[in-house]
Amino acid sequence: MNPVLKLLIDGGSLTTSQMAAVLGLTDAEVNQHLEQLKKDQIFLGWRPVLDLSREAAAAAAVRAVIEVKVTPERGGGFNRFAERIARFDEVESCYLMSGSYDLLVFVKGASLQKVASFVSEKLSSIEGVLSTSTHFMLRCYKEQGFLLDGGEAQTTRLNVAP
Amino acid sequence: MNTDPKRWVAGHVSTLPKSGIRDFFELVAKMKGQDVISLGVGEPDFVTPWHVREAAIYALERGKTYYTSNLGLLELRREISRYVEEHFGVTYRPDDQVIVTVGVSEALDLCFRAFCNPGDKVMYHQPCYVSYHPSISLVHGVGIAVPTYAKDNFALTAEALRAAWQPGAKILMLNLPCNPTGGTCSREQLEKIAEFCREKDLLVLSDEIYSELTFEGTHTSIASFPGLAERTIFLHGFSKAFAMTGWRIGYACGPAVLIDAMMKVHQYAMMCASIIAQEGALEALKHGWDQVLRMREQYHRRRDLIVRRCNEIGLRCHLPRGSFYAFPDVTPTGLSEKEFAVGLLEQEKVAVVPGTAFGDNGRGHVRACFATAYDQIIEACDRVERFVQREGKR
Repeated sequence: MNPVLKLLIDGGSLTTSQMAAVLGLTDAEVNQHLEQLKKDQIFLGWRPVLDLSREAAAAAAVRAVIEVKVTPERGGGFNRFAERIARFDEVESCYLMSGSYDLLVFVKGASLQKVASFVSEKLSSIEGVLSTSTHFMLRCYKEQGFLLDGGEAQTTRLNVAP
Repeated sequence: MNTDPKRWVAGHVSTLPKSGIRDFFELVAKMKGQDVISLGVGEPDFVTPWHVREAAIYALERGKTYYTSNLGLLELRREISRYVEEHFGVTYRPDDQVIVTVGVSEALDLCFRAFCNPGDKVMYHQPCYVSYHPSISLVHGVGIAVPTYAKDNFALTAEALRAAWQPGAKILMLNLPCNPTGGTCSREQLEKIAEFCREKDLLVLSDEIYSELTFEGTHTSIASFPGLAERTIFLHGFSKAFAMTGWRIGYACGPAVLIDAMMKVHQYAMMCASIIAQEGALEALKHGWDQVLRMREQYHRRRDLIVRRCNEIGLRCHLPRGSFYAFPDVTPTGLSEKEFAVGLLEQEKVAVVPGTAFGDNGRGHVRACFATAYDQIIEACDRVERFVQREGKR
């Protein structure tokens, strides 16, 4: 596996020069790896992981998960629907699921009304969409691997130990 | 009349030197509040994996608050037996060949108290963990230090053992991979040591606490050689590989008669290990292996980073095959290990432990623990580099 990719997956927040130090590469080599991963469309980009309950990060803080049932198309299956839905700016993630519904759509909006109108006007009006079931997120406890209460207690590890 | 309370302290305790780590600990403690990066620890930076903590919480919720059998929970001993067979290739009966202890430290203490008569000779390789020699002294045994050298990557050799051997030597204490050097023995080297133990009829105490953190090749237990299980107490625990230092939980496996002797001491001194820690250990053995591998992979990369940087800086550092310690040679700076450690702490706020805290054979070296986040290791190495360059100009 690409060594830089391995570090990215591990989820540390290393700068490119820290990655270079860890891997024993030059900064330029790490950048080359990153470019190659982008070219291969494996590494799509950087995004911060934010605690959206904090005021400073609260813009567009209303989030919802929507279960969507659609009628699959002959020839295209679910793909055309999924790709169409995924293109809306409000949609953060979109997955095809097994089970009692077909698509799971994560949506973010500036207010409850904005998300609601996206669902009623854009999403459910797409031809072939049979039903939607919208769940608004009330509180987040863990975001992409980060605990929101600050994680583990402040370390009490001794500075020197046998 | 003598009123000094010291008059009540036993003679062999009052003459027992304090751990060299203790002095350094005090020095570092004085720098509280300053931006000290510590490479002086002897434990993982990972907190115990959540599934283990959760299992212990669940055990408490179910009211598991009682003593256990002196030997430990039978279910845990069964899991230990399975784990040791799978990973070390030695079979022990859970019923009478396994004892659960309060960390390997207690297991080791039990060994010395159960097997060492006053005056018995115990061989151990040095540099070594700080407690070995004092533990021998506490039972009025006689320690024989066998040196290991940087040129051998701090592996113990049968030649060094033979050179240090004295008539009447009864016990050989091993710790491979080794704290503080990270040194360990190849299968071939270990085979020669096994042969030596048979020849000299030695009882082997093998502390293999760092065995899962072996980065090059695979770990071999001395107990797995023909005829060695019969003369070996295999000591292991959960502190390092499972990141459970504060739980204080370990175990010993060996011939039933010897485990029974250890149990006699354990039942009077300790009764049993904490049931909560035993429940956590059980969960760790059942479901913890993936996490062990994940942590080992991180340690491996950190080791490569710190060893490479030490060598770049000009501090010769062998590649530790196991453990999470680098043990670089600081003599190129012209400083002693103590001067180096104190200077580095005062000038650059990086804590490492002088090698002589682990015995005289640690002279000229310092122990740097790489169970620390990448960015901390990178920054610490940059500071060491500044320090070394400054010292070099003097």
